[in-house]
Amino acid sequence: MIRLAIGLTLLGLLAIAAVVAPMVGDALGHDAFTPDLFARFEPPSATHPLGTDDLGRDILLRLLYGARVSLAVGLAAALAATTIGTAAGVFAAWRGGIADALVMRLADFMLALPALPLLVLLAAADPSRIGLPARGEAAGDVMRIVVILALFGWVGVARLARAAALATLSRDHVRAARALGATETRILRRHVLPALLPPVAVATALACAGAILAESTLSFLGLGISPPAPSWGNMLANAQELVFSAPWAAVWPGLAIMATVAGCTLVADGLRRR
Amino acid sequence: MIAKRLLQVALTLAILSFCAFALIALMPGDPIEVAIAGDPRLSAEDAARLRALHGLDRPFTERYLAWASGLLRGEFGYSRLFAQPVASLLWPALLSTLTLAGTALLIALAAGIALGALAASWPRAAPFVDAVAIMGQAMPTFWLGMLLIIAFAVTLGWLPAGGVAESGVGLSFLILPVATLAVAHLAAYARHSATSLEATLTEPWVRTARARGASEHRVLWRHAFPNAALPILQIAALDAGALAGGALVTETVFARPGMGKLLYDAVMGNDTNLALVALLLVALVTMLATLGADLAQRALDPRLRER
Repeated sequence: MIRLAIGLTLLGLLAIAAVVAPMVGDALGHDAFTPDLFARFEPPSATHPLGTDDLGRDILLRLLYGARVSLAVGLAAALAATTIGTAAGVFAAWRGGIADALVMRLADFMLALPALPLLVLLAAADPSRIGLPARGEAAGDVMRIVVILALFGWVGVARLARAAALATLSRDHVRAARALGATETRILRRHVLPALLPPVAVATALACAGAILAESTLSFLGLGISPPAPSWGNMLANAQELVFSAPWAAVWPGLAIMATVAGCTLVADGLRRR
Repeated sequence: MIAKRLLQVALTLAILSFCAFALIALMPGDPIEVAIAGDPRLSAEDAARLRALHGLDRPFTERYLAWASGLLRGEFGYSRLFAQPVASLLWPALLSTLTLAGTALLIALAAGIALGALAASWPRAAPFVDAVAIMGQAMPTFWLGMLLIIAFAVTLGWLPAGGVAESGVGLSFLILPVATLAVAHLAAYARHSATSLEATLTEPWVRTARARGASEHRVLWRHAFPNAALPILQIAALDAGALAGGALVTETVFARPGMGKLLYDAVMGNDTNLALVALLLVALVTMLATLGADLAQRALDPRLRER
């Protein structure tokens, strides 16, 4: 219970931070995007609570706007992965036979591969070649990363969902429902899906943690969200070039990622132990 | 069993090579387009001639088969980016990655199990170990690497910030990358060995051992640990593969020329052939590591062997 509370508090604070970003900008009297080359590397002050970066932009504001990107990508990727994974897992368990074998072999295939190198290769591909927005446009970047992460994230959820669905489908109340003439749709919706909720909720929280870490890693490598849109990962990529001149710039974005991922993990832990 | 698994590995590699080859069509910068952009005198006919010369006008499947059969014959081709045969780039990089990942795995296992044992045998330490593990898992690898560079290379100046020694093993160059990679994996081992040991320590035969007068130390390491070790080994088996690919970030942060860095540089430099070959090699190493860990588990657990 404590875990769940701490996790939800952390995530709630971060969500508030993401929402109030423009108001904080108004209160401080500047925005997160306009460079001010007369104010580079300023130490923390009343106008710049966490100082400024190499282009004189306010670090606190960029952190707050970065929270929007990281949380949005994490949530969207986790929801997409959960939806695909649950559908695939339930379908495999319900149909059995060849459908089951195909889905599970596909899952095994994805699990056997080295995830990070493949993510890098996928993220480097140029989506404009198949008529999608090119890399470097903020909205397109977010979509692209979400799709790539969902492509990898569904596997874990599918395995969990399949195991839980198989267990439920063989229970007596499901057999009774069948004997009473319930349609397959009704059985899946009324009996199987509710039983899947607890394991799938845990899997979603974990997928969210994984997606946020992966997004920050890709953005750090220059393959995720491109600057000038702030994301915690690309702020750290920027900070890496400054380790000798402004080492403190590396602290805050990393702490933000850690707090978010720890929050998701704690929520998952809390849900599992309930 | 082994033959079947090896067959699976070969099949997976074949499917992966096809998918990755198809994906390359989406990579920015077709070499001919790059040539045209670099030299305005090249006309459309020149481009067509160049395409024909490099076989780029042939259908996709034909190109894939030519490339794949070359790989099977050991012809890895040439790297545009490094202007060297790919084969001469791969082996030093692979050796470097295996050194890094292998050392990190051993240290992560040892430290993770030690932390887990601490949590299991001394309940007051458990919340602390738990917090450390959650933070370790939540910390992005590249951030930890940067913090270590800032602390030990920039501020204290004790260790080099990156790169490798010109000759020899270069232990001082290895310390920070190994620590970075180990922490990320240590957390999972600590959590799993703590739960596994806690569960084992409540078994009746552990109580019997205590009743016979075995010391706490003997109970923990001789009676409980061998049984608790199996789930840990299972995590390690899943993890062993992830390490080789996961080293990509660590190698990039510390500028260590390993497989991950090679792949990343190839992707960033549009060196498609090098990127593909490096990806396939990393995948092969990943799957062989997983297979090796599975076999080790089978050797240690007689219940798995009989099946």
